[in-house]
Amino acid sequence: MSEIYQMALLKLAGRASGAGRLDNPDGTATVNNPMCGDRITVDICLSDNETVRELAHDARACLVCQASASVLGKAAIGKTVSELASVADQLNDMLKNGGAVPTGDDWQDYQSFDAVIEHTSRHNCVLLPFEALKEAAEDN
Amino acid sequence: MSFDPGDIRSQFPILNEEKLGRAVHYLDNGATSQMPEAVLNAINTHETAARSNVHRSVHFLAERATRAYEGARDDIAAFLNAARREEVIFTSGCTAAINLVAHTFGETLSPGDEILISVLEHHSNIVPWHMLAARKGLRVRAIPATADGELDLGKLDTLVTPKTRLIAVAHGSNVTGAITDVGRVVAAAKNVGARVLLDGAQMVPHSPVDVQALGVDFYAFAGHKAYGPNGVGVLWMPYELAETLPPFMGGGEMISTVSLTGVTYAKPPLRFEAGTPPIANAVGLGAALNWLQSMDRVGAEAHMKDLTDHLINSLSAIERVAVIGPTGNNAHRLPVVSFTVDGIHPHDVAQILDGFGVAVRGGHHCAQPFMDILDIAGTTRASLSPYNTMDDITALTDGLREVLKLL
Repeated sequence: MSEIYQMALLKLAGRASGAGRLDNPDGTATVNNPMCGDRITVDICLSDNETVRELAHDARACLVCQASASVLGKAAIGKTVSELASVADQLNDMLKNGGAVPTGDDWQDYQSFDAVIEHTSRHNCVLLPFEALKEAAEDN
Repeated sequence: MSFDPGDIRSQFPILNEEKLGRAVHYLDNGATSQMPEAVLNAINTHETAARSNVHRSVHFLAERATRAYEGARDDIAAFLNAARREEVIFTSGCTAAINLVAHTFGETLSPGDEILISVLEHHSNIVPWHMLAARKGLRVRAIPATADGELDLGKLDTLVTPKTRLIAVAHGSNVTGAITDVGRVVAAAKNVGARVLLDGAQMVPHSPVDVQALGVDFYAFAGHKAYGPNGVGVLWMPYELAETLPPFMGGGEMISTVSLTGVTYAKPPLRFEAGTPPIANAVGLGAALNWLQSMDRVGAEAHMKDLTDHLINSLSAIERVAVIGPTGNNAHRLPVVSFTVDGIHPHDVAQILDGFGVAVRGGHHCAQPFMDILDIAGTTRASLSPYNTMDDITALTDGLREVLKLL
């Protein structure tokens, strides 16, 4: 059985923190993974054009993407767009180079994604929510 | 000779589980098939005893290489029952073959002309037409699909118009497995003087193709889905048509004369084979098609039908699993079976199945328009080969039951 689907990751996906849509977002973006059909929409409201005040995500996606969106949905509130871009870079490094989980207590749930590292075809599933967030911030 | 899947399987080194170090139930043949020893040996022999450029030098290695490359062309012409060997054009793949039509025949079209594709098409038979339409001011229309995942050819009467210049459809769908009724498509095209292109990527591995009997104008397929190597494909078209078309890519090989003020072009097929071709890969493709023809095709077909029927029946008996495509006993279909699992993304299905050594494809299969029509992210697809057995089907269905327990 694939080690990716450890209980912790399944619980993250099931928790679905932040799942849904915002009524009046400041920015929204829908991003597709052309390799597999994953699709996620991220709505955000920002304070001072920089700090995430609200975030919601609507994913038609695999469990890995859903779990990552759930981590982001919980941890993004109160973070700046720049900080979240840095987290995305650290996450990319974790996946591509076996680097550490992004720094900060809010991101330790990404330890549940360690089995994804050796499956390069699933890396974009983890990163897709961050890509949508970046585009939603640019849409603001 | 009688058909024995075990004997077929033994000819494929990569399917040796002991050597591979894990179980392998390879059911992703619609993406890429494996290569038998006959093909691997042909490529290796070429590269170790005949490697050279073709059509140019006069030394013995060049002669060997040219004979091997042109010999492969002869083999493919025979496989397709082409009227002339010059009708076989080597490309880098099926996508390149279709793009070649878009950039040669496509250049003869005029603003307002129409191209008719279908909603079931692979992106390689959609995107080139959109690109051509943008360049030339054409209109692209699409034949819808029935609920069974077949082309709804009843709509041809309304979709084929005096402006239709080309109907481009799959000979067999890479998602639903449905086989196109080519006769109806050709008849509709002839009524308005339109040409017909068939994407044969999924059909060639499973059935002899007679381009003269089909009556089409272009036939494209890939080597790597037909037990041959990557990086080579074929475009067939009648010589009389090929003679009239302009070249696409320019460079060596495809010219007759070149001066600083102008160029004259070679006759087909070389007119459409600019640069050094994929020589060893073409040799491998010839060997692959020869290998296919050496098989007991009647026995293979019966085996594939048994496997496909068993797969469809087994999947249909599992709760939350739905097969996409024709499922009746007399369904006119390829051994390409897509299915959905309610509430579970195909990526997750395929990943967990991999843990059981079952290799399937999960995703949209480069058929996003059809997935959008079904309003799903994708399907899980099992695509079979003569080296598959009932054990492979059992591994898939057993694995699927574990997926449903876990998720």
